[in-house]
Amino acid sequence: MKRFVYADNSATTKISKTVLDSMMPYLTDEFGNASSLYSMGNKARAAVDAAREQIANAIGASAREIYFTSGGSEADNWAIKGTAKAMLKKGKKHIITSKFEHHAVLHTLSALERDGFEVTYVDVNENGIVNPCDVEKAIREDTGLVTIMYANNEIGTIQPVKEIGAVCRKHGIPFHTDAVQAVGNVPIDVDEQNIDMLSMSAHKFHGPKGVGALYLRRGTVVHTLINGGAQEFGRRAGTENTAGVVGMGVAIEEAVKTMESRNENNRKMRDYIIENALKIERSRVNGDMEHRLSGNVNMCFEGIEGESLLLMLDYNGIQASSGSACTSGSLDPSHVLLSIGLPHEIAHGSLRLSFGDGNTMEDAEYIMSVLPDIIARLRAMSPLWDSIKENEKNVH
Amino acid sequence: MYTEQVMEHFYNPHNMGELSDANGIGEVGNPKCGDIMRMYIKVEDGVIVDVKFKTFGCGSAIATSSIATDMVKGHTIEEALTLSNKAVVEALGGLPAHKIHCSVLAEQAIKAAVADYYTRQGIDPTPIVGEIKTCDGNESCACEHNK
Repeated sequence: MKRFVYADNSATTKISKTVLDSMMPYLTDEFGNASSLYSMGNKARAAVDAAREQIANAIGASAREIYFTSGGSEADNWAIKGTAKAMLKKGKKHIITSKFEHHAVLHTLSALERDGFEVTYVDVNENGIVNPCDVEKAIREDTGLVTIMYANNEIGTIQPVKEIGAVCRKHGIPFHTDAVQAVGNVPIDVDEQNIDMLSMSAHKFHGPKGVGALYLRRGTVVHTLINGGAQEFGRRAGTENTAGVVGMGVAIEEAVKTMESRNENNRKMRDYIIENALKIERSRVNGDMEHRLSGNVNMCFEGIEGESLLLMLDYNGIQASSGSACTSGSLDPSHVLLSIGLPHEIAHGSLRLSFGDGNTMEDAEYIMSVLPDIIARLRAMSPLWDSIKENEKNVH
Repeated sequence: MYTEQVMEHFYNPHNMGELSDANGIGEVGNPKCGDIMRMYIKVEDGVIVDVKFKTFGCGSAIATSSIATDMVKGHTIEEALTLSNKAVVEALGGLPAHKIHCSVLAEQAIKAAVADYYTRQGIDPTPIVGEIKTCDGNESCACEHNK
């Protein structure tokens, strides 16, 4: 029987009922400007402050170190461009990152390269993990920033953030991590993990879209990206998105509270899919199985192309992606899959399923009840599959 | 993103498969770019009496292959050679800008099959069919990928 399955929680998540309820007053009667002096403004201010506290608590920071933004992309842009401007004053122009960052980081860095900054893109290994030694080897006299993601958005691999942070600390270089996929799914402690700057986005953990935050360790020198009013301690202008940040605060608290049970549930679905889908001939899992987000499945099926697979899944009620939703307008295969060494023709045939709250084993079972047939159907149409099989015969 | 016509041809493609008695076979595209189209035609007395396709690629690659086979089946090879990518796009009610190259591939695949037919007849196809713009995945590639 056809079933509706949402399996793209890395792209975005459904806002939870408690989150929505917490936001409603600030979208209706309590619409005051949090920077206004009168009582309605004060109520909004108190709500924003409480949310800041909730977010700080979730990552072991203090409230004064949390700055609200319009989302993950702005947080990444601010951390990177703001640090770049600050380091230039000290005569530093070199930044270290990895080859498989999100485009919010990669494209920000290429914009800086056009302005004369130099960027080293360290390799990731075939399992999708950055080696902290490679980061250390890339450090130069004029290195002023290291930015490495916490967990990869396509293959879900969790990076040795603490070790990379320790390398940065040893050399006195600020360390930023894009933790958009990690927050709410893995335990984060910015002190213990040597993180100076961290980006997050509310809609990835069942909060609303259009709101995120940047954690800035006290004393980190970062220039302002959005100039204007004195909001966010004078470092990020713009009237507070009261409803948004309130929703984000409630969402992060919920996500952290339910982390263990969610991870357990996710892991069951993930492992079930991977174990069974690997029985399909010429299939592979992408990314490390141990250091991996609990809800992430990323696989390639040779001889077929990812988009047609997604359309067929959609036809069967399953919402999935072939990589990042941000790259779906592009014809090139995933830069993440290329970075772990997959050839173009295999990288074209990728499928990402990402589970979250609301998914059950019935979803995983339903996916496996239709996936093998869809792949068989597309392979029956594919001249590439014919040549793969032809080559097999010739080898034997 | 796609029109209903595209989705219909994708889910229920026409003329999909191989043609064992084909007398012209053309293949364009390459795995690196993510699409390959192979067209099989059977020509009798200058008329394409049967046509089949096999395609590796995205939704629009499969849909353009399907509709292109419809558009040449039962037509003379001269008529088939006038099939333009624009006509393919129009027949599908439009394609997203970054998918137009699929319609170019479909046009080229038909031409490649006709060229193969002529070659098998001992006729040099180039003056009749022209150059087949096929994508080899490198800089000289004529398809939209490298534009």
